[in-house]
Amino acid sequence: MAYDAVLAETVGIRGHGDDLVEAYTARPMAPGPRGGVVVIHHMPGYDRESKEVVRRFAVLGHDAICVNLYSREAPGAAPDDAAATARAQGGVPDERFVGDAKAAARWLRDLPTSNGRVGTIGYCSGGRQAFLSSIEVDVQAAVDCYGAFVVGTPPEGFPLQVQPLADRVAEVRAPILGLFGNDDSYPTPEQVDELEKLLQEHGKTYEFHRYDGAGHAFFSVDRPSYRPEAAVDGWRHVEAFFATHLAG
Amino acid sequence: MCTYSTEKIEVARSSGKGPAGWFPLRTATVYYDHPVHAPDEHTVNIDFLNPEQGPGARVAVELSLDTARELLAALQTTLERAAHH
Repeated sequence: MAYDAVLAETVGIRGHGDDLVEAYTARPMAPGPRGGVVVIHHMPGYDRESKEVVRRFAVLGHDAICVNLYSREAPGAAPDDAAATARAQGGVPDERFVGDAKAAARWLRDLPTSNGRVGTIGYCSGGRQAFLSSIEVDVQAAVDCYGAFVVGTPPEGFPLQVQPLADRVAEVRAPILGLFGNDDSYPTPEQVDELEKLLQEHGKTYEFHRYDGAGHAFFSVDRPSYRPEAAVDGWRHVEAFFATHLAG
Repeated sequence: MCTYSTEKIEVARSSGKGPAGWFPLRTATVYYDHPVHAPDEHTVNIDFLNPEQGPGARVAVELSLDTARELLAALQTTLERAAHH
């Protein structure tokens, strides 16, 4: 019988600009060493389901952490109110996200159980941020779950602070796993094709899995977009990807 | 919530009622994106906000496309009537 225990709790860490930001963490109650996972929440916020994902990675044998990227705009607010506030203020600036992601990776590496290897996984806007982390942060694996505007140009007059990353694909320094729904409009299948072509041209290590009958947010168990077949298969690939790249 | 597309307006001389009662509105964001609660994959969402009073000072709606169209028509009709007052 496996012990199968995890410790999950909220901690404060020093993020970008030395700001104190909230983060949810989960760790197996078993000796290491093991790899760590930074979970990047979706645009609707640091919500109950994001925290469930953090606990799941601990159950899978990783130390895991998710920073509340809206800590500064909306400390202590309900996740939907925090997301609305962040949207009204133009979203999360990339530079600030990178600072917070570096802090999360450092927190994982400072654990006595760490093997020094860290991966990132992000959903929706977090998918793009996971991709960005493979450029800007010292990580050994990155999982982009349907992140929009990795390639493609945001519409004119667009008030949110996102820029495409297509011209930075050469700088990717970690293997990428991409999971996409073929019915998604953000990103479209054509944009996923374009991203795949860029990764190939630059000789990057990557694997993409694309699902028919699934659109955006097919991992979101509490939303009508949830697609169990895509999500179950997607989780299988995520587990294998991190098992390979975070081992050591 | 990844269409990202968002219209934002300044709101003046207007009020909303949230969990803590009435408050003056300052901004509104309007966007077509995934809802938190409504049973569709995408809805027209409106957040009426007052940032000075914190994230909880918010009146939010998530409208189906049909409802949003009907609301738009109703607003138009009401505005035309108001012009005759």
